[in-house]
Amino acid sequence: MNQPVPEISPYLPQWAEISRIEDLTASEKLFEMHLVSGEPLGHKPGQFVELSVMGIGEAPISVSSPPRENDSFELAIRKVGNLTGAVHSLKTGDTVGIRGPFGTHFPTEETKAKDLLVVAGGIGLIPLRSFIHFVLEHRDEYGDVTILFGARNPSEQLFLDELKQWGMRKDIRYLETVDVPDPSWKGNVGVITTLFPKIHVDPSKTYCIVVGPPVMYRFVILEAKAKGIPDTQIFLSLERRMKCGVGKCGHCQINHVYVCQDGPVFRYADIFDLEEAL
Amino acid sequence: MELQVIEKSDHERFVQSLIDNYRVEGVKRKDGAFFYGPIKSPEELCLDFDCTNIPPNKAYFLPPEETLLRFTTAPSLEATPVIESNPYIIFGVHPYDLKAINQMDQVFATGVPDPHYLKRREAALIIGVDPTRVRTRSFWADMEADAVSKGFDLMFTDIGEKFVVEVGTEKGRDLLSQYGNARSATKDEARERVNIRSQIAHLCRQRGLTFPKREIPKLLERSTETLLWEERASKCLSCGTCNLACPTCYCFDVQDDMELDLIHGKRIRRWDGCVLQDFAKVATGENFRETKASRYRHRFYRKGLYLFRVLNDVACVGCGRCATSCLADIADPVDVFNRLKEEEQ
Repeated sequence: MNQPVPEISPYLPQWAEISRIEDLTASEKLFEMHLVSGEPLGHKPGQFVELSVMGIGEAPISVSSPPRENDSFELAIRKVGNLTGAVHSLKTGDTVGIRGPFGTHFPTEETKAKDLLVVAGGIGLIPLRSFIHFVLEHRDEYGDVTILFGARNPSEQLFLDELKQWGMRKDIRYLETVDVPDPSWKGNVGVITTLFPKIHVDPSKTYCIVVGPPVMYRFVILEAKAKGIPDTQIFLSLERRMKCGVGKCGHCQINHVYVCQDGPVFRYADIFDLEEAL
Repeated sequence: MELQVIEKSDHERFVQSLIDNYRVEGVKRKDGAFFYGPIKSPEELCLDFDCTNIPPNKAYFLPPEETLLRFTTAPSLEATPVIESNPYIIFGVHPYDLKAINQMDQVFATGVPDPHYLKRREAALIIGVDPTRVRTRSFWADMEADAVSKGFDLMFTDIGEKFVVEVGTEKGRDLLSQYGNARSATKDEARERVNIRSQIAHLCRQRGLTFPKREIPKLLERSTETLLWEERASKCLSCGTCNLACPTCYCFDVQDDMELDLIHGKRIRRWDGCVLQDFAKVATGENFRETKASRYRHRFYRKGLYLFRVLNDVACVGCGRCATSCLADIADPVDVFNRLKEEEQ
């Protein structure tokens, strides 16, 4: 107790004003916002914020946009609990609380000049979108880029316009699949691992970046390893319950690791032996 | 080490002076149990207790419920942190609880510092006291928590007709010189203090670990697969009492409480517990520690292995509160650690 105690509470949010709301699917909306202070959020792709609706509570939400010059940022949110339910009823011009950004980010530097294999399952696309946009904005600085996206069914595909654009781009490869098709679906049917036979990678220079539901990781990692991609070049972002975001409340622990501080983005080689990770 | 002496005949006056000048919190007796509460007169203060139900750090520094922020939602959104720093005295803290306080000070100061905890901690003047009795399930001597070198402002030891008082800080010395009518301890009195401390530690060792404490982290590392976790956890009620009673369990939940006007509200921190069923459950329904065994084991691993990486010490001080309060009687660390050791032999 000899060091001076800071006066600033790490639990005090900044205010952010919602400038645009877009329906993504039946259960997901995109909220574009900016800090009322005029400061940039200062996040890196893959980091998250603690989002507050005062009176309802707080929840960890991934930032879905890359860092931008106009200082706005986007949160894509599935309506699934108390807080996200309240967020979905907000309107343009409403104010929310933001703490953060928190946690580790996707390896935007380490992967420069390397090939990228980005694997997104369901709403795993939300955090990955910040990374994908970042890479596409700096396209010349990266090697081959392949994006795999799997959704449960076509109606759960997020960011449809962007998916279409990615599919048309000549400088990246975009493949998609759904577990359960509808009559209009003409694409691949099956879980995301069914896309792996369609791609070829140079494992020595390929980084595989994976985000999806918990059950997906084990199978995708097996596929990535089967392609020869080393554990040190596989990155994933893990979801856990969080309350504080500052490594105190204990909810997000995976064995001794705090996801809010040591994650959410992990290098697979660093966590493959953590029993509670995958 | 600076040792002073207060005669017991002067002790009441000392406590009364503290009450006259400070908010004094201390150990009180109720129906044969001991708990911390406000001390309004010297006779309320009990220094002859075995162990309190709730540890002092969780009575005061990380209380069951505390307001982190006050906010209003209209006419404009505003939030103000609530950080308490009014000075107070906690009278009667055993060395094992001081050890827990030292560990929690480190936890809340490491990484992102938490001023809500740290300010309340800083504002407290702590008067420690050596135990005169040992509770049945205590094993603090084996956890090397029978004496501490820091964490207290004054440290009392009952040597019969008088208290020997170790001065821990400048603030403690001031308190003693202003209100204590104390004098320096003689060599005999200092020796008597050593004797009494070693006698009580010896008494505590009647029950304890069958192996040295420093082996606990490695022992746990080797014990991930043992059936013991499943066996014990099958009786677990997932009630979280072990978490609540523990001086080094500090997990918390954060919730908003709105007043009926729907304008004024508080963001509140409340104790949480890693053995509770939904502790690691996310909104989508996934529970990352779904089984009782995984939660039960996590609690022991956090104490003996995970926090060891931060504190360089096992985060169990041997108070035995978990063992005493567990209804299913599966929480006793002595029992679990000894059994793990036994399984290896």
